[in-house]
Amino acid sequence: MTTPTRDRDTAADTARAGQADSAAQTSPGDAKDGGRRAKRAVRAARMADAASGGLKVLLVKIIALGLIDALALYSILVLVQSAQWIPALIVLAVTGYANWIYFSRGHLPAKYLIPGLVFLFVFQIFAAGYTGYVAFTNYGTGHNADKDSAINSLMLSAQERVPDSPAYDLTIVEQLGEYSFLVTGPDGNVAIGGDERPLEPVANAEMSGGQAVAVPGHTTLGFADIVANQQVIADMAVPLSDDPNDGALRTPDGSSAYVYLSKLVYDEQADTMTDTRTGVVYSDIGTGAFVAEDGTELRPGWQIWVGFDNFVRAFAEESIRAPFFSVLAWTFVFAFFSVATTFVMGLFLAVVFNDPRMKSKKYYRLIMILPYAFPGFLSALVWAGMMNQEFGFINVVLLGGADIPWLTNEWLAKVSILLVNLWLGFPYMFLISTGALQAIPGELEEAARVDGASAWQVFRSIKLPLLFVAVAPLLIASFAYNFNNFSLIYMLTGGGPRDATASVNVGATDILITMVYKVAFVGSTADYGLASAFSIIIFLLVGTISVIAFRRTKALEELN
Amino acid sequence: MRESQTETRSVVTSGGPGGTHDDAGVRGAAAPRRPFKRYFRETGWRHLVGIAVAAFAIFPLLYVFSASLNPGGTLLTANGLFRNLDFSSYASLFTSERHPYGAWYVNTLVIGLVTAAGTVLLGALAAYSFSRMRFTGRRFGLTTLLVVQMFPQMLAMVAIFLLMVAIGDIFPAIGLNSQIGLIMVYLGGALGVNTYLMYGFFNTVPSSIDEAAKIDGAGHARIFFTIILRLVAPILAVVGLLSFIGTSSEFVLASVILIDPEKQTLAVGLYKFISDEFSKNWSIFAAGAVLAAILPVALFLALQRYIVGGLTAGSVK
Repeated sequence: MTTPTRDRDTAADTARAGQADSAAQTSPGDAKDGGRRAKRAVRAARMADAASGGLKVLLVKIIALGLIDALALYSILVLVQSAQWIPALIVLAVTGYANWIYFSRGHLPAKYLIPGLVFLFVFQIFAAGYTGYVAFTNYGTGHNADKDSAINSLMLSAQERVPDSPAYDLTIVEQLGEYSFLVTGPDGNVAIGGDERPLEPVANAEMSGGQAVAVPGHTTLGFADIVANQQVIADMAVPLSDDPNDGALRTPDGSSAYVYLSKLVYDEQADTMTDTRTGVVYSDIGTGAFVAEDGTELRPGWQIWVGFDNFVRAFAEESIRAPFFSVLAWTFVFAFFSVATTFVMGLFLAVVFNDPRMKSKKYYRLIMILPYAFPGFLSALVWAGMMNQEFGFINVVLLGGADIPWLTNEWLAKVSILLVNLWLGFPYMFLISTGALQAIPGELEEAARVDGASAWQVFRSIKLPLLFVAVAPLLIASFAYNFNNFSLIYMLTGGGPRDATASVNVGATDILITMVYKVAFVGSTADYGLASAFSIIIFLLVGTISVIAFRRTKALEELN
Repeated sequence: MRESQTETRSVVTSGGPGGTHDDAGVRGAAAPRRPFKRYFRETGWRHLVGIAVAAFAIFPLLYVFSASLNPGGTLLTANGLFRNLDFSSYASLFTSERHPYGAWYVNTLVIGLVTAAGTVLLGALAAYSFSRMRFTGRRFGLTTLLVVQMFPQMLAMVAIFLLMVAIGDIFPAIGLNSQIGLIMVYLGGALGVNTYLMYGFFNTVPSSIDEAAKIDGAGHARIFFTIILRLVAPILAVVGLLSFIGTSSEFVLASVILIDPEKQTLAVGLYKFISDEFSKNWSIFAAGAVLAAILPVALFLALQRYIVGGLTAGSVK
């Protein structure tokens, strides 16, 4: 600590130091000395940073942070404008924190960690947490918004023109790609409004023949534009006021608007919807939709917290439980056999090729790793073509016109999947087995052979156990990977053949992850809640298995 | 020479009564003139296995290559291997109006490269701080990264979709149906396994190098960007390559987030293409598949020594 250079070394804050003597600053017994030393350290750090070409770095820093701040400011403004207070606050806090970190001295680890952590938090940790949240809601087709939007859209969809209602003179105007109705009422009042934006009076409209035809800041649409965007304009409904029961203006022709009233009336006090034509009363009984006494629901409903309902459905509701359990069982069978078959074949080949007398091993190896290098989703599609029942190469050429339903019979499809997976996966297992075999010292074998052990005994009792120790973590990782091997299943069989008795869209070869995808994104209905619940179940299964297995192999001890 | 050396160690791994003394005999004979029967029992059958496996491994690839050279071919006509040789399927990939193959290719390259570059940068920054600095929460951070990996992004596909819908309502440029948005989602997985790989490699670079630079007056940023990054270039290349290959064949998130055909990637586009008209345009699909595979396969083969080295190092550790 005497020469200036050494001093400057510790000068950098504790974080940068990374060496033992920085402990002096934190140890309590040394507090006074440490305090003085810290002060000197800070001063020296400043000198050091100034000496190391600080100006240019500072400039880059200011420009980069300036850009980020500008973006953040812009997004805060947009968020505030759309009344998203919490995200706005989060953006503000994160940007403020980042500025503080990068302009303060010290906090060196944070400077290097923040960029990655921001993405990690938003798209992985938050997404995982949000999956958990969605799993406890009824989010999905028919329940995708809050109650107010559901009420609005119910009433909009049930609108009918009020008989003999007066016509409003209409001009359609556009601003930033959004259309608005500029209307002149029967009483001569001019107002403007748009989809879900109730009418507001306009004072400075340009009039022509008693009709408002333009308003500053907006572009008036010509006839051709109206024709070109007919559908959008016909779908618009401009509420007369904030109360949806007042009705809305719609236009059949683009030149006059009429008052449309919903045949559904919302009673705020009683929290019920009444169909004015049939007189049926629909009430909110806590299921996330208005339900009549006979059990018919009005769609759309809204999103509510349903507790463990989705999990209970997965395990208890007959039409979901049966397919769910068969998918679950097949997922385990598939993951287990895909690891077992590829490993056995890979190991066998490794043993075969691990003979020093054998020549041109290089070329065999080059060809053998091609399946591993070929993109997996393409392999599955190519195999799907070759295994086609009517036209595929395997049936038509290899088997001379046989009619084997490789992908459409429940059991054969499962066998086919394992076969294709074997093709995809054995090179990897071959590579790691070769590596592990070559790492086993030859003396072990020699000693055993001297003691009279046969080749098989040597392999069985010496090599295999040693090999397992080495590759066990990789086998576990491979199991976890295959547990979620989406593209193989989805591209090869699409999960088919379809199970016709199930109420969810699953087939005989679906594994859990493809089931999640289908429940959420394939077909006309989406059940995000149920899909997320399945995701959570997968996570719990894979997590538990991995932890138990890793504990056993003690692989975790090697960390740190 | 290498062979004769190892031969003395007599690694006989399977069947047959051949023992150590046999090997000595072979070496003594100088020229490997074994009787055929013995040759076959010891090594010949291995070549038979090798040929069988090589056929199994390469056959689907030959099949798809042959199908791609058979213009206008269906699934059925593709069965005549190498009966036609014509590159017009490749040309029609880029001229067809029904599927924007060129756009898919460019999208895949751009998304893959940007994601790979971002992943390398973010991962290296984090690995540097974990490797070179000691701070509270360091160990916790490393463990957390490992735990977070247990919930892969694919499992959160619903949540990511809903999140992107919500973002898209406010910022269409980075929300649903945006490639920038997809890249950002991929970067969410940039830390994790990659950081671990790099962290291990960073640890092998002696820290006396940074200390020397520090004494010479270099700031931490300069040390990181001009010294460390150069020394760890091999691992940066491997992580970038793995990330590129992984991203360019990723299907689930890309299919959920990218909606317009012109914005999609090869994985999504080719799947839609083949599921729409399965057996009709098989040769065009095959040509698309061959072109899509060329880059990853070439990269893989060029760098196979490093990748294989990484795999085996991982297994033997």
